[in-house]
Amino acid sequence: FKFNDGIIVSVDSRSTMGAYIASGTVKKVIEINPFLLGTMAGGAADCSFWERNLGVQCRMYELRNGRRISVAAASKLLANTMNSYRGYGLSMGTMITGWDETGPQLYYVDNDGTRLKGKYFSVGSGSTYAYGVLDSFYRDDLTVEEAIDLGRRAIYHATHRDAYSGGINNLYHVTKEGWKKIHAIDVNDMHYEFAEEKKNSMSS
Amino acid sequence: MDTVFGIQFKGGVVLAADQSNARSILVYQNNLDKVTKLSSHSAMGVSGPNADMVNFTEYIAKNLALYELANDGTKLSTKAQANFCRNELAVALRKGPYQVNLLLGGYDEKDDAGSLYFLDYLAALQKVPYGSQGYASNFCLSIMDKEYREGLTEADALLIIEHCIKEIATRFLINQPNFMIKIIDKDGVRVHSFGGDPADT
Repeated sequence: FKFNDGIIVSVDSRSTMGAYIASGTVKKVIEINPFLLGTMAGGAADCSFWERNLGVQCRMYELRNGRRISVAAASKLLANTMNSYRGYGLSMGTMITGWDETGPQLYYVDNDGTRLKGKYFSVGSGSTYAYGVLDSFYRDDLTVEEAIDLGRRAIYHATHRDAYSGGINNLYHVTKEGWKKIHAIDVNDMHYEFAEEKKNSMSS
Repeated sequence: MDTVFGIQFKGGVVLAADQSNARSILVYQNNLDKVTKLSSHSAMGVSGPNADMVNFTEYIAKNLALYELANDGTKLSTKAQANFCRNELAVALRKGPYQVNLLLGGYDEKDDAGSLYFLDYLAALQKVPYGSQGYASNFCLSIMDKEYREGLTEADALLIIEHCIKEIATRFLINQPNFMIKIIDKDGVRVHSFGGDPADT
């Protein structure tokens, strides 16, 4: 989500094949370049391949035009690629985010070519649960600490209720200087931390 | 799930569309602008998947701009623009159809009148005095049938639009809280009102 001091990107790390958890340590944030991040939801292969491909296209743009590509242009490139493969059964729901000349930008792009600009998005099987937390507590003027906390809580709540989400919460903060990885916390640890917190606040 | 309607009045056209963008049970956003300006005096209200909506309108708008540039500033009449859209839809229909249903409205200086065209995803084209796309039709066509007459003023047309929006809020299952209303007349395309600011992103 986007706020006054940048963008927070927060993801889980579970990959499933039906009811089987294939991996609990998937990197769902793809570092396209030091100023652009992409998230992964849907088909893992599609996401990582096409976002890597987007990285190539962004680099070519830089070489041809002598400056960094804008987030709007990068997301449009990806959306156009998705459009040309319509009907081929690609599965990808991603958020392209970064900080360019116009400030922090956040775009949602998916496999049927939808491209939306917004202040915050939640994508994936557990997205509705994350939206619940995000919608209730999001404000433009969050401090960086509050934003990071909101980001991890939203993911925690999604992983708690959604069977297809879990593992580790990887959180990134995008600023004018580029993205920075803030933490990688196991959601199970967060569960006990929040349980303690509730117990403390109930007794006080 | 999109709602688009339009009414022709004396000297122009009013186009209105809802602003929700949703998929399955999730609402992605409530401030989408589905009435896109095509040229200085025309716009189209589009319903359909976001990807097709954006790609089709951008394609048409840019091609119209190209025509003007390539032909020494000659502007295309609304009828010509509507026929161009129809042709593009028809050509794409048997290859990779655009699943868009639209209402194209424009003002022509030559007749000092507005005109409204109904186009659907199967490349049908019909000039209409008023029309709607989507489930809205079920609720609003009767209101427009009853209230419309030749030579409406802009205020009358807006009143009818308001009735339609109220009816949708009352009877339509899907909650569409925001509507974007645009007016096309001799002064061009202007935003009359919106529920959610499309620039608020």
